[in-house]
Amino acid sequence: MSVPIRRPRRRGGPYAWIVWGGVAFFLVNLLALILSVVVDSFATSWFGDWLPRGFTMRWYAEAWDEFGLGDVLRVTLVVALAVVLVALALGVPAAYALARRTFPGKRLVLLLLLLPVLLPPITYGIPLATVLYKFQLAGSMAGVIAANLVPALPFVVLVMTPFIEQIDTTIESAARMCGAGTRQVFLRVLVPLLVPGILAAGILVLVRTVAMFELTFLVAGPDSQTLVVALFSAAFTPGIRAAQAIDAMAVVYTMLSAALLAVALMFVNPTQIVAQVKETPVD
Amino acid sequence: MSHSGVLPGKLRGGFRELRMEGVTRRFGQAVALDRLDLTIEGGEFLALLGPSGCGKSTALNCLAGLLPLSDGGIWLDDERIDGLPPERRGFGMVFQNYALFPHLSVRRNVGFGLAVRRLPKAEIARRVDEALALVELSEHAGKLPGQLSGGQQQRVAIARAVVLRPRLVLMDEPLSNLDAKLRLQMRTEIRRLHQSLGLTTVYVTHDQEEALALADRIVVLRGGLVEQVGSPEEVYTYPANTYVAGFMGYRNLLDLPVAAHDGARVILAEPGMRLTGLAQRGGRAGGARAVAAVRPHDFRLGSGRDNALQVRVEVVEFHGREVAAEGVTETGRVVHVRLPERVAPGDRIDLTVPVERVLVYPVDGPAADLGEVPE
Amino acid sequence: MTTGLRHRLAERGVDRVLLLLVPAVLTLVLLFLYPMLYGVGLSLQPRTGGLLDNYRAFFADPYQSGTIGKTMRLALPAALINVGASVPIAYRLRGRFRGRRLLTAILVLPVTLGTVLVADGLLRYLGPKGWFNRVLMAIGLVDEPVRLIYNYWGVLFSLVITGFPFAFLLVLSYMSGIDPTLERAAATLGAGPWERVRRITLPLLAPGLATTFVLAFVLAFSVFPSANLVGEPANETRVMAIAAYDAAFEKYDYSMASTVAVLMGVFELVVIALVLLWRGRLYTGSTGGKGA
Repeated sequence: MSVPIRRPRRRGGPYAWIVWGGVAFFLVNLLALILSVVVDSFATSWFGDWLPRGFTMRWYAEAWDEFGLGDVLRVTLVVALAVVLVALALGVPAAYALARRTFPGKRLVLLLLLLPVLLPPITYGIPLATVLYKFQLAGSMAGVIAANLVPALPFVVLVMTPFIEQIDTTIESAARMCGAGTRQVFLRVLVPLLVPGILAAGILVLVRTVAMFELTFLVAGPDSQTLVVALFSAAFTPGIRAAQAIDAMAVVYTMLSAALLAVALMFVNPTQIVAQVKETPVD
Repeated sequence: MSHSGVLPGKLRGGFRELRMEGVTRRFGQAVALDRLDLTIEGGEFLALLGPSGCGKSTALNCLAGLLPLSDGGIWLDDERIDGLPPERRGFGMVFQNYALFPHLSVRRNVGFGLAVRRLPKAEIARRVDEALALVELSEHAGKLPGQLSGGQQQRVAIARAVVLRPRLVLMDEPLSNLDAKLRLQMRTEIRRLHQSLGLTTVYVTHDQEEALALADRIVVLRGGLVEQVGSPEEVYTYPANTYVAGFMGYRNLLDLPVAAHDGARVILAEPGMRLTGLAQRGGRAGGARAVAAVRPHDFRLGSGRDNALQVRVEVVEFHGREVAAEGVTETGRVVHVRLPERVAPGDRIDLTVPVERVLVYPVDGPAADLGEVPE
Repeated sequence: MTTGLRHRLAERGVDRVLLLLVPAVLTLVLLFLYPMLYGVGLSLQPRTGGLLDNYRAFFADPYQSGTIGKTMRLALPAALINVGASVPIAYRLRGRFRGRRLLTAILVLPVTLGTVLVADGLLRYLGPKGWFNRVLMAIGLVDEPVRLIYNYWGVLFSLVITGFPFAFLLVLSYMSGIDPTLERAAATLGAGPWERVRRITLPLLAPGLATTFVLAFVLAFSVFPSANLVGEPANETRVMAIAAYDAAFEKYDYSMASTVAVLMGVFELVVIALVLLWRGRLYTGSTGGKGA
């Protein structure tokens, strides 16, 4: 199609080259940074040269045994899945109520939901840890799950509310006019329509919980550490363990996290987090 | 009709009458529906007519049970039903946007209410098949709503509502999302279903043509209040007031000085215009001024003894067999006319109109302020 | 309950649907509100002295009160860089072209790295014997290794690497919400490329940028692991989170720890409030995109 004034040009022009140059510089350095860790995790020893002297797999085996990686991974997955399930079970109904009703005090409820997302985890993590210690929940898996619920539950509500708002209320009315009661409306109409949203929220919570350092760090005991916390503890007390073993562990963490993100991207289009994209076909 | 198998004949007598008594609905301070009294007889087709915000949809939702009443009650014969949730009233409803379940096939959309009631599979299949045949959608049974055209979606919505053999079918502007041609076609379809299935239907619309064509009885609403109830004939020919007149196509609502009374005849005049009409609302129009309501169609070219006005043509629209023209009188008043003759902007023309086609109303409030008025 | 009262409550939106909120709200009250209030209470009961003595002590001790400035000095630039760098890149990436998805994925990938791997990588890559300094020396740009770790810069780099993907995703998402025909409309009215950006895209994007800035700031403000690992946690990068942690788990003074935690929350919310106040003055209606 020929239009007298053409669409803004995409590439070309000095400005575009500056942008792409900057991106390239950032990515090259990032890649080198990651490679430094990966190469070191396979290195027999690496001091003051461009590359290490030899390569080995033994740091991974060592990390697995010495840090009890098997147990840590198990704890990580159990904690993350428990947080996801509880947050969804409590959060989806709450999101429904918020999407469908305006009521006195709604702003207060929204504030209660926003604060845990906005405040630094340390801010409420320290008092929460103190309280959990008081009730002797700290150090247990239950304590770690409870602490991680604090940011996860509001997150589910905030993600799900727009999803529910998108569903036309007349669809619910239609179901009622067909004779469906509240439970039937939920099970037969709402849940099937919300599956994509529920999956998206669940996977994002999973990713966030696996990555959540501060809260888990504050309330976890030796048997309830997740991978990030074990990794930090190892990195923060250097000298005891070989640096390469820590690298190996960091690589394992990144692989786990990248796998989760890949799954997440299958269900969530990243650019549609805040808005439905309107992409007109290129003419 | 061969289709009557879907709904057995007993349904026509599903109830004798449904009464709404003093039904009121407030939203905060605003009163959307003000003490509506209305009786719907079993088997009739009732249209609620009015512009948006007149309370017609509120009334329908109150009937359906989707909105709780602020005051008043609803009785079905001797049973009070306004406390029942929508799913226990046994009514069917067709929504403006159809509200089809996007994740269910056409077949499962139509069978939804039957499945909710846990009827045997074989019976569900049989009744869904019948309903789909009724709306001529049998070959689309496996499709999802998103794969259907607007008119087909509309048919699914209707099938879904009638397959349950409802005591009452509620329709909320069901044709407003269709294009003009399809609208006419579906209108006939709806009336045919109403008759062949012996339904009782309450139909909400802002389109007076639709209401006139479909309904046995029309209720004209404004601002939550009933303006007129009557057969299409009555409402069309003798609107109760200037508001209803404006809605029924009396596009010229001319507020004029009263020159003389002559029995039921009232003579209104000002420079360049003299109109004789019939006083409406029982008595004659008192006061020094009155409103003459005239349809654009009723004007003729030429000069009459009782009625004569002269206008200068300003705008002309071509409508095929006729033209719609906008003229201005000597006093600057705008008059809308439709004429079979060709006129051109700038022409000075003489117009007349039969006395019985001029309805004279007392001046009352902002009658001309109608919001969205259909042509 | 009488029908009249139930009707009146229902009109205000209060009906049984609100019961669905109860479990979530109760959980947050128990796990968030109660501990927060308990923490505030704790901060007002110092080991020695009166009600506000903890707060007085915090502000009187420059080693403690200095953490506020140090935190801001890291979090504000990090958030600004992350949002600022996202805008031109997202602008180049809007619309649809080959490779867009791949590039987006590559830019988002650092999300998975985690603070520890980034810290670890920074220590090796930017260290005196790391590849970065080797390259600089090899091409003769510097004679001695540049010191980029165990100080302010290391922490800032780490915050940019971990924070950029989030900011970029959000900005890209807001950018996609702007109807591209608006820019074409501006073009037909004679606006050049720069004019279009300045008069159409940026004003429509501004509220989204404010929101993104808030979230990027929140992320950077709670900096803790990287300040410990690649920073100088005893001095230059002793941020508030470290001060709070030290008080709680080094000195076992939970009262003081709560004080620092409360102050941390207060200072963060002040910055957020200022940004949102500015955002409130912008146009925040539809951006023409579907569902935006």
